[in-house]
Amino acid sequence: MMLQMKRLLPPIIMLFLLLLAWEVIVIVAKIPSYILPGPSAVFSILIQDGGSLYRALMVTLRICFSALALASLSAFSLAFLFAQSRLVERAFFPFAVILQVTPIIAIAPFLLIYLPTSDLAVIVCAAIVAFFPILANTLHGLISVDRGHLDLFRLYRASPWQILWKLRLPTALPEIMTGLRIAGGLSLIGAVAAEFVAGSAGVGSGLAWRLLEAGYRLEIPRMFAALFLLAATGVAIFGLSSLLSWLVLRRWHETPR
Amino acid sequence: MSNTPVELHNVGKVYANGIAALTDIQLHLNPAEIVAVVGPSGCGKSTLLRLIAGLEAPTTGRIAFTSTASAIGYIFQEPTLLPWATVEENIALPLKLKVPYGGEALTVAKALSMVDMTEFAGVYPRELSGGMKMRTAMARALVTNPKLLLLDEPFAAIDEIARFQLDDRLIALWQHRQFAAVFVTHSIFEAVYLAHRVVVMSKRPGRIIGEAVVEAAYPRSINFRTTQEYLACCAEVTELLRQEVS
Repeated sequence: MMLQMKRLLPPIIMLFLLLLAWEVIVIVAKIPSYILPGPSAVFSILIQDGGSLYRALMVTLRICFSALALASLSAFSLAFLFAQSRLVERAFFPFAVILQVTPIIAIAPFLLIYLPTSDLAVIVCAAIVAFFPILANTLHGLISVDRGHLDLFRLYRASPWQILWKLRLPTALPEIMTGLRIAGGLSLIGAVAAEFVAGSAGVGSGLAWRLLEAGYRLEIPRMFAALFLLAATGVAIFGLSSLLSWLVLRRWHETPR
Repeated sequence: MSNTPVELHNVGKVYANGIAALTDIQLHLNPAEIVAVVGPSGCGKSTLLRLIAGLEAPTTGRIAFTSTASAIGYIFQEPTLLPWATVEENIALPLKLKVPYGGEALTVAKALSMVDMTEFAGVYPRELSGGMKMRTAMARALVTNPKLLLLDEPFAAIDEIARFQLDDRLIALWQHRQFAAVFVTHSIFEAVYLAHRVVVMSKRPGRIIGEAVVEAAYPRSINFRTTQEYLACCAEVTELLRQEVS
């Protein structure tokens, strides 16, 4: 616990000092809040007028986690399939790469046209962004089995299913966790990018739209408040995925810290 | 066929890349016999074990087993313990897989006690020393009560004192379980200390160029390592190897 506190303290102190410096500069230079609001103005928006922002945050979170679930499910399934057959991997992996390298901003308009709802299009967009790191990491983990372990399983006549379940999957766990950590942040980025492109207003809109909306209205403190919530969400997702990784690997793996 | 646990008849192995690893290997193992295999580096000693274990198929010749009901035990150069499994779970692994052991398997508790690892049953491999990891690997190899144990330089990376202890433990286990064993090693001294017979292999492609019989009775203690008989046998094997290398 003390160790955790020691590790958390430096970034917290640094953040506090940066916010303090920002506030002092804004006050001393008398910068109007429609140009650059101080942190106090941003936090007062979050406290006094945060209702619509928090509702939008929930929408973004729902999109983000739905996308992460969709990306995980499809990436795990494909990785397991690829790990069983080099031929299937060679046939399909290039398409996964194409999906990864094509900018999501360019894909999003197509999804908005072809998918039945913009909500679904936004989820699929975010899932596409999050998909590749999970696929690449899981596949690499599944095929990077120690040769000695594989010999051991073959010696004891393990079935392909036993090799997959009892050897390949545990071997791949550290890399799966790395993939999930990267994909968690990317699903948020994908969700925000897709919301920008979808541009759907109303009660069902997410934080990205609220940020754009505040920009159109020149409500700069509100823009910063939305940005702060997005950044905090990203940090929370990273923290959650790191916690999951630690819980899964802490007993036997060297890396979790 | 005799009671021989395994017989190799004119066995040869050429890998897909054209490298001939073994040629014309004739080896018959007697029940409860320990045969040590020594030879120059890269002469195919490990390949020989992999062929016997069925991990590779011979290109030529035939490998015959008399005992099919009992699994082969294999101790690799590395302990090859699953890092996500405890000592107990690692030892239980062969029993959970498809290996046929004819209902003669030991209990995991028995295997643990045989290698003095009972108090570490719930510990993960990363918390064990090199010697303890190897003892766990020994227990895992013996839990199915195999009639044939294959050992591929298992103690090569272990310090001398722990290695002597592991040699003695292996002899104790052999006296108790009476398995036949093929022990591949770089160490002539270890080979002579452990084995009934030391087989010497040629450079690649490996073939058997001679053997030395070690008559000394078991159990062999540290004192055996200083006897004339031991030193003479080491000299005999050394001479065979020297001729091959020169």
